[in-house]
Amino acid sequence: MEVLRIATAGSVDDGKSTLIGRLLYETNSITTDKLEAIQKASQRKGIDFLDLSLLTDGLIAEREQGITIDVAHIYFSTNKRKFIIADSPGHVEYTRNMITGASKADVSIILVDVRNGILDQTHRHYFIANLLRIPNVIVCINKMDLAGYDETRFNSLRNEFLTFASKLKFAEQEIQFVPVSSLHGENITKQSSKMSWYKGQPLLEILEGMEVHKQLHKAPASFPVQYIIRPRNDEFHDFRGYAGRVVSGSFSVGDSITVLPSSQKSSITNIHQYDQQLPQADARQSVVITLKDNIDISRGDFLVKTSEEPELKKELESDLCWMNAEPLVGGKTYLLQHGTSQTKVKITSIDYVQIPSTLEKVSAAELKMNDIASIKMKTAKPLAIDRYAENPSDGAFILVDEYSNNTVAVGFVK
Amino acid sequence: MKANAKIFPRELEDEAIYIMREAAAQFERPAILFSGGKDSITLVRLAQKAFYPGKVPFPLVHVDTGHNFPETITFRDWLVETSGLDLIVANVQDDINAKRVTEEKGKYASRNTLQTVTLLRVIEENKFDACLGGARRDEEKARAKERIFSVRDEFGQWDAKNQRPELFDYLNGRIKPGENVRVFPISNWTELDVWNYIREEELAIPSIYFSHEREIVVRDGVLWPVSDFIYRDAHEQIIKQKVRFRTVGDMSCTAAVASDADSIDIIIDEILGATLSERGTRLDDKRAEAAMEMRKVSGYF
Repeated sequence: MEVLRIATAGSVDDGKSTLIGRLLYETNSITTDKLEAIQKASQRKGIDFLDLSLLTDGLIAEREQGITIDVAHIYFSTNKRKFIIADSPGHVEYTRNMITGASKADVSIILVDVRNGILDQTHRHYFIANLLRIPNVIVCINKMDLAGYDETRFNSLRNEFLTFASKLKFAEQEIQFVPVSSLHGENITKQSSKMSWYKGQPLLEILEGMEVHKQLHKAPASFPVQYIIRPRNDEFHDFRGYAGRVVSGSFSVGDSITVLPSSQKSSITNIHQYDQQLPQADARQSVVITLKDNIDISRGDFLVKTSEEPELKKELESDLCWMNAEPLVGGKTYLLQHGTSQTKVKITSIDYVQIPSTLEKVSAAELKMNDIASIKMKTAKPLAIDRYAENPSDGAFILVDEYSNNTVAVGFVK
Repeated sequence: MKANAKIFPRELEDEAIYIMREAAAQFERPAILFSGGKDSITLVRLAQKAFYPGKVPFPLVHVDTGHNFPETITFRDWLVETSGLDLIVANVQDDINAKRVTEEKGKYASRNTLQTVTLLRVIEENKFDACLGGARRDEEKARAKERIFSVRDEFGQWDAKNQRPELFDYLNGRIKPGENVRVFPISNWTELDVWNYIREEELAIPSIYFSHEREIVVRDGVLWPVSDFIYRDAHEQIIKQKVRFRTVGDMSCTAAVASDADSIDIIIDEILGATLSERGTRLDDKRAEAAMEMRKVSGYF
């Protein structure tokens, strides 16, 4: 059974919590005791409907202030699929949470309040979905009940969104539009009878049928070594296995491989999954690989197919989102983590900072929290890293501050 | 009734194994927190798979409140015996004897909150820099905001508003001396995922998860298991009923549910139709709306 990871983002009033609540409610994912708790809490707050946002606002500070601070994870399933929603707050200052929530997403749901139309925030959400190259975007035009379920209004918002999107959209991305009313459950899990003009599927059906990890399997094969397994017992005396998770592509027994960055060559003798042997390991599978030759391999090395060997890079141009309250300091070294490898890195130039809502590019001497910039950098060790656009699962990295140990940035190689 | 295909999504196992290997590689002294419950039993199986044919590089740590179900202890000892894993037991009673904690009194007394002190002590004594736990984000709303690598300060405290962002599959386990990390490999599993996994992997679990006849007291609409560890009013009547437990905690704070489910298939059907959430049977969570968050802040996992 497949897992579909969904990113949602939005502020309190655009109906995002109600939409998520509606999906949970109509798939019977909320137990009675939780519903009763929400009912009670809603009454205490003096409102006469179910405040489904109480399902996602988990921290004391969030409930006190009525805002969402952090990414919340919400789970539900149908007979077809398991769904994981990473729900991020939508305020300007929470770009970093939005990127975090969306980083593993197969689909991004963007909510538009039919009365307010396309806002700066809508642009920002789409900009991030695009920066992360999320293959599917669903724009839910919500609160259609308050616009008389009007097709013309829906179409004009659709066109307005597409005009903005055309400046950014990459070829493989699919954008779909669904007119919904989360409050009344129109076009969420069932086809709405109020909008017979809408010929598409309701939201849940789209989510159930969507193809996932399409790109992953087409990309070149890459296997970062996590851990070396050497049992040294009687039964497996000479066993030396490389444990890791295939990040993209696939490996088969017999494949000629190259170890990077050392460029040593060998071939795959076995692929182990616990006590089973597999003929092939696909993207996202955790396996143990054994090789024909006894060569020096350690954590941080990559196995790739010899026929697909990438060029090693020491100078990178990249998009970067700064995620720390301490600004990026020019000339300071950071630790770059790619796969399981770490290397020191120095930012050599900040070419521009891009404003997500207007796409305007401005120059900057430093990067502040939530800035999205284009930068150049130099690494101490050569990296076997792909361009993010060509292989999203192998083209991203994080930066760690060596002194605070915090994760301070995420980057996407250009 | 919830919809669920009753098939375990294997992608979750691949993710959990990846997390376990990162924990083994990034830390010097990691350990598995083992309660004897289904989630920690799942962790043990995942660890066996992650490092096969090598040895599991983590000992099991059991914080023993002294108020455990005897069935859980029997199971724990059996698992250790058959798996060849190392077990470290830290007793809450030792902290009570040493007056580091004071036992609660009264009708709702429980040792549940006391175990945090014992947990922090065993971490310090053994210099563990990472503890793997079976907590899941679907259990409770504070846990929904938890990271996979959750950094704790010297006092074990969780700072919810100042967590490291976790992007893609990257896990950053760099810490300063004295800090430690809680690692949650099954963060993205739900209660049903765990049960479907247990069924598909044919894992053994303690007998109290299955329906059995037990002496109980009904108080505040909750079925309390009768034991030497709970306070009982003179007027409260002991009755015998067919029950089972959905979680395995301390006997003083884990309620039973009326049930005839005597197989994992029936348990899964029961959960699909259940009106009560899993932690709805945990009286430790009912103390306040933010009970779990407050315990996490003070070092609970």
